[in-house]
Amino acid sequence: MDLFLAIFTGTIVAATPLIFAALGELVVEKSGVLNLGIEGMMLMGAAFAFWAVISGLPMPVAIVIGALAGAAASLLFGVLALTFLTNQYAAGLALAIFGSGVSAFLGRNFGSTPIDALKPVHIPLLSDIPVLGPMLFRFDPLVYLAIVMFAVISWFLYRTKGGLVLRTIGESPETAHAIGYPVIKIRYMAVLFGGLMAGLAGAYLSVAYTPLWVENMTAGKGWIALALVVFATWRPLRVLLGAWLFGGMTILQLQGQALGLAVPSELLSALPYLATIVVLVIISRNRQILALHFPASLAKPFRPAS
Amino acid sequence: MIPRLELRNISKRYPGVVANDDISMTILPGEIHAVLGENGAGKSTLMKIIYGAAQADSGEIVCDGKLIEAHNPATSRALGIEMVYQHFALFESVTVVENIALAVSGAFDLNALAAQITELSARYGMPIDPWQRVHDLSVGERQRVEIVRCLLQSPKLLILDEPTSVLTPQAVTKLFETLRQLASEGCSILYISHKLDEVQELCDSATVLRNGKVTGAARPKETTAIELARMMVGSKLPEMHVTPSVRSEKPVLSVRGLSAPAGKSGIALSDISFDVHGGEIVGLAGVSGNGQAELISLLSGERLHRDGGSIGIDGKPVDRLDAAARRKLGLTFVPEERLGRGAVPPHSLWQNAVLTGHKAGLVRRGLVDRGKANGFARAVIEKFKVKANGVQAAAQSLSGGNLQKYIVGREIALQPKLLLVSQPTWGVDVGAAAFIRQTLVDLSRAGAAVLVVSEELDELFEICDRLLVICQGRVSPSLIRTQTNREEVGLLMTRIGGNNETGRSGQVALQN
Repeated sequence: MDLFLAIFTGTIVAATPLIFAALGELVVEKSGVLNLGIEGMMLMGAAFAFWAVISGLPMPVAIVIGALAGAAASLLFGVLALTFLTNQYAAGLALAIFGSGVSAFLGRNFGSTPIDALKPVHIPLLSDIPVLGPMLFRFDPLVYLAIVMFAVISWFLYRTKGGLVLRTIGESPETAHAIGYPVIKIRYMAVLFGGLMAGLAGAYLSVAYTPLWVENMTAGKGWIALALVVFATWRPLRVLLGAWLFGGMTILQLQGQALGLAVPSELLSALPYLATIVVLVIISRNRQILALHFPASLAKPFRPAS
Repeated sequence: MIPRLELRNISKRYPGVVANDDISMTILPGEIHAVLGENGAGKSTLMKIIYGAAQADSGEIVCDGKLIEAHNPATSRALGIEMVYQHFALFESVTVVENIALAVSGAFDLNALAAQITELSARYGMPIDPWQRVHDLSVGERQRVEIVRCLLQSPKLLILDEPTSVLTPQAVTKLFETLRQLASEGCSILYISHKLDEVQELCDSATVLRNGKVTGAARPKETTAIELARMMVGSKLPEMHVTPSVRSEKPVLSVRGLSAPAGKSGIALSDISFDVHGGEIVGLAGVSGNGQAELISLLSGERLHRDGGSIGIDGKPVDRLDAAARRKLGLTFVPEERLGRGAVPPHSLWQNAVLTGHKAGLVRRGLVDRGKANGFARAVIEKFKVKANGVQAAAQSLSGGNLQKYIVGREIALQPKLLLVSQPTWGVDVGAAAFIRQTLVDLSRAGAAVLVVSEELDELFEICDRLLVICQGRVSPSLIRTQTNREEVGLLMTRIGGNNETGRSGQVALQN
């Protein structure tokens, strides 16, 4: 039972940064913009949030600073890709490298001492329910925020006019412009939102998940988030499930290593990446469904005609 | 009466061209006003300026006596100006009601809006289902969605840009009824077209544009078509010379019992048989999306058929031959899409000549003979009077009409035995269209077999010796041009073989 509980809660926690980053990217891509720089934005978020904590700022402030750092990095991408219409692939890759460099530079003096991690909260009454209490109601606040963000984003995309506008801009910015929507402005907002979410994901890694500064501590999670969006065929629920799958595999392989399985640990560490991608590839084979949710203008530069 | 809309000295310049030069016109409430002109005359630019999608460099726009200063599509809509685009401004991945919700202000209540759409569309005699995804609609239905979207705003001025280019004659009649009903309720209509007969039938007044300038104002119902055409073209219309055809004994193209499963657009071909002889032009009429694209890709060899039937060129079966092998037998092909299928947009004209010019010896031992390719391209440009900046000009830098002349010229210069042409004059101005048609006639009279796929009945009646009609993937028996008429063809365009229960889109476009 204890083992199950550890695996279950571990999964939820490990999936949290991916949920933030991938849902943010989902919104960006739904608007027709491809930002490949999630890894960079996450690292910025991680480094700035960590810096805020060791500078003595309170935890909530540190997390907000992390999110804002991600947003600032995404703004850089936005200016390049949306205002100067540079190639979005190139701009995104540049951001990934840039974020990794800046965070490493900032982290030179962080040392290797752990900090006091973000504390889990025991939700009154609910956390005392037998079995379910420890499973569902003793997480840190950001875990709950990730679920709330999932609900809000799903509702926004499919139930509000704003979401409809965002999705249609992703299909055809020319048409959206023709009927009078400010395409560039809306895309900027989407990109900034994506940056905010990626920064939050990074902050979660450095102040809650492993409260320690390690260079390049995201370890490819930004790229996995990117893959999640594609293989989830641009649908929020599938992003959520994919993130949990990845989290689950991460925890399982850790348990496997702890139990001393006779498999090299490097291979085991690769397992979550592999398993997530294989499963998502299998469920995303239906081309018609894919075409229905795919933002048709993805990564294509758009400049309104004058 | 205060004019609904008044334009005063509107000018708009793009790099290299003056799209609109000092244009003035007046439209009264409830008036149906035509803006007539060839492609490239500046009609679309002018409409964009009125609608606010583009800004004039100078001049004034006055709406209901009030000067419009800075404006964009949103402010235009607030003023009651609505526009139905030539290429529909609809999103395919969402439903009709969602599309319309994007354009109307007010609360985001899809159910209420859907009820409103159903009611309004029925009142104007063009029913649509608000919950259908636009992707699944026919072109005619999409146009209705556009119009209903505009009507929901109770517009004071409705702009329609070439609205009939995709409709059957019967659907055009229906549309005109709707427009007249609207005008009688006080809505002004600005009707952009290059089709004289339509303008004469529908419009109260007309402004004619040529090269960005107003060349005349007229009452179309009291003016002859020839006078209007002269204002549009500026000179005498070129005359067609169609000499009697001398058919070859054996057919060059023969199709027997051809069937194919539904492709991407969802139209299956069933049991198609026809012949095209040397020396004649055969036309394939039909509303777009009835299997033309599927048939032409099977004939050109882009797609191979597997469901039975046979295709022969010059007596040889070509069922298993791909496009290149069929071209070796003397087939050439002008597809409907100029950019991307007929030509590679960013490549220069001489490079585009190489694409199909293998037979002309432009490629030797796998290497491009650049001198020869240049010469070939230059000859096409000269012979077909293509306006281009030399053989180095990128295909995408040419206007639609000029690129079409180049592509048709390129295919004809290869001296085909069989030429397949799809929409030869789509978006081409009157002068160039007449030239292209004459070229096709001359080619056939020199002995080649020509198959023309077109949605413009006038064009087919002008040049073809025989007509076939395609509807829902079936092709009618051939009709001799001199022994048939538009009504007969129009009816066949919607129903072949009497039974058409499965054929949704083509049918709907007509019935309603």
